[in-house]
Amino acid sequence: MLEINDLHAGIGDREILRGITLRVNAGEVHAVMGPNGSGKSTLAQVLAGNPSYEVTKGSIRYNGQDLLAMDPEVRAQNGIFLAFQYPVEIPGVSIAYFLRSAYNEIRKANGREEVDPLEFLDLVQDRLKLVDMDESMLSRSVNQGFSGGEKKRNEIFQMAVLSPRLAILDETDSGLDIDALRIVAEGVNKLRSPENATIVVTHYQRLLNYIIPDYVHVIANGRIVKSGGKELALQLEEKGYDWLQDDSVSAGAIA
Amino acid sequence: MTEAATKKPSQPAQHARDNAAATGPASRDAAATEGSRPVSTRAPSSIDVYKEDFKRQSPAPDWLQSLRRQGITRFEALGYPTTKNEDWHFTSVAPIAERTFRLATLESSEGVARDSADRREISRRKNDSLNSAGIKRADLDRFRFGETAWHTLVFVNGTYSEDLSSHAALGDKVSVSSLARAIESGTPTVERNLGRIASFEQHTFTALNTAFISDGAFIELRNDAIVDQPIHLLFISDGDGVSHPRNLIVAGRHSRAVIVETYVSLRDSGYFTNAVTEISVGEGAHVDHYKIQRESETAFHVGTVQIREERDSQLHSFSFAVGGSLARTNIYTSLDGDAATCTLNGLYLTDGNQHIDNQTIIEHIAPNCPSHEVYKGVLDGRSHGVFNGKVYVHPEAQKTDGKQSNNNLLLSPTARVDTKPQLEIFADDVKCTHGATVGRLDELAMFYLNSRGIGRETARTLLTYAFAADVLETIELESLKKALEQMVLVRFAGDRPE
Repeated sequence: MLEINDLHAGIGDREILRGITLRVNAGEVHAVMGPNGSGKSTLAQVLAGNPSYEVTKGSIRYNGQDLLAMDPEVRAQNGIFLAFQYPVEIPGVSIAYFLRSAYNEIRKANGREEVDPLEFLDLVQDRLKLVDMDESMLSRSVNQGFSGGEKKRNEIFQMAVLSPRLAILDETDSGLDIDALRIVAEGVNKLRSPENATIVVTHYQRLLNYIIPDYVHVIANGRIVKSGGKELALQLEEKGYDWLQDDSVSAGAIA
Repeated sequence: MTEAATKKPSQPAQHARDNAAATGPASRDAAATEGSRPVSTRAPSSIDVYKEDFKRQSPAPDWLQSLRRQGITRFEALGYPTTKNEDWHFTSVAPIAERTFRLATLESSEGVARDSADRREISRRKNDSLNSAGIKRADLDRFRFGETAWHTLVFVNGTYSEDLSSHAALGDKVSVSSLARAIESGTPTVERNLGRIASFEQHTFTALNTAFISDGAFIELRNDAIVDQPIHLLFISDGDGVSHPRNLIVAGRHSRAVIVETYVSLRDSGYFTNAVTEISVGEGAHVDHYKIQRESETAFHVGTVQIREERDSQLHSFSFAVGGSLARTNIYTSLDGDAATCTLNGLYLTDGNQHIDNQTIIEHIAPNCPSHEVYKGVLDGRSHGVFNGKVYVHPEAQKTDGKQSNNNLLLSPTARVDTKPQLEIFADDVKCTHGATVGRLDELAMFYLNSRGIGRETARTLLTYAFAADVLETIELESLKKALEQMVLVRFAGDRPE
């Protein structure tokens, strides 16, 4: 599904990713872990097409297509979804309007009919339950005045409605208490299927108690320094990240 | 990102807060060097034309003739404001001053009854010719906000059209008619109030309007009169002449009314509308006033609404400005009586080479008066927006509670806005705040929408709409609010070069 080859990317002159190579197949869950500043969030942003980041080298193929040639909205229309680490507040736009617009744009791009507001309301009901959100949330402005937990649940709710083929969760667990974490993880697990893949970007092993990954990759200084099964996450929890840093640059040196 | 269009190149957002004196324009030179519009002083030729048409207009009762004369005298003495005039610092009126606009009422009757004193005859013929020119009631439907039951007075080039107007039952405590008819029938309220609220000592265009007072709307609400249905004043213009609509609204004690004043055209033409509305809000009365400026793209518009509020009265004003190549709206209110309140809100949308200027003045004369003001602007293309809001708190106006804000969204690197909130306080026990911002579309929000499958164009429309949403939300007339929301969505939708 996804083939990342020797990916280099950064902001301005600052290189953050220094040769990432990663392959994700349908049905798999990959965890990408690493210390702060290692580049794991940058990877998530580059996959979604954030124009602030510049790719300087390497390639990404998604279902055989050149992902880097696609605008962010085209990526989304082709089934890529990024759950933001810091979801953006959009005052004046209700979640219902926002999400229905997104849903319909994706349908249109895939040659399907748009749905009207009532149909849409019907089809989001069980998705709301999935993340324990009340229907009244739909009329609130996108993320405005939301608590940290509400924002993250809203991300998973959007994911549930848009049902992507490749979901990227960027530190969805940070700042969540254990109950919220469980809700978010359950949401993700319910959406797992043999056709879909998930990349879970996280700093902590905790989330991986609930979302069991097939593979764990450790990023340090913009490179994948170790890959393994789910037991790698436990090792990291025990020993920290320092033992893996091949460039012997201390964690957090790259802000 | 090019920031040349903003006043402070390094700061996309300009925040001005609680600093009346220092909030002024960043650079005085900027306006002069900016555009191609020359800074004009006087254009005698166009003033001469006004003087000539002044003599040719139809006669009026002595009191009005004398008021008109004061108007033309003052207009001549003041001349056109230059950009040295603090009130016109960011707006050059040269495009208006350098053109000659014949009086639209004379123009359309030219050669037919030029010197005839029979106004009714002129009016009849004019309506005939307009009807043959194709203005039908159905043509006006798109300006009615989907409301067919509203009491609507229609004016064509400044002259009342009975044919196109429609009436609703308003009760016997209310008089609504054309100003021409009210003058003709010698209504005492007209003589008592006309020209007393809208001062023209310092205001050129109000002086000019006063010189040509002949028609417009007259609305009188006697004490305790409650009018639930909005009264719609619909001004339609055409051709390349000038009209000077004059409206007088006198709201008696504890009366209540909602008035919508709309300026439109059926097709693009380069006329000039110079309108003045005077509103007297009596003790405990409540008036909602909506001004909807949708003039033709190449037209010129100067519109002044001047209000006087007695004790415990309420005034809610909303000004929507979207039309004209050069347009200026003035909303001036004076809180004369204890505990009078006012809300002045507005939204301006500009595009292409438009120049839209908004000035508000709130005079806190009496104590215990709250005044709230929110103006927002969305500017695209090479357009230029101006906001100047003045709040004067006079020495007796203790316990004043004044809040003012102006927020602008620049959609293109070549759009420009000048914002100048001003606060002058001469009382010591007051609470006043003001602030202004100039910003661009939030790129992070843009990416967030894109990442959900929403393309740039749609995202831009959505974010623009969202920016304007909260000020539109203050409109209590549901049908009007919906219509304006739709206009915002349509205005900035579609393909346009970035």
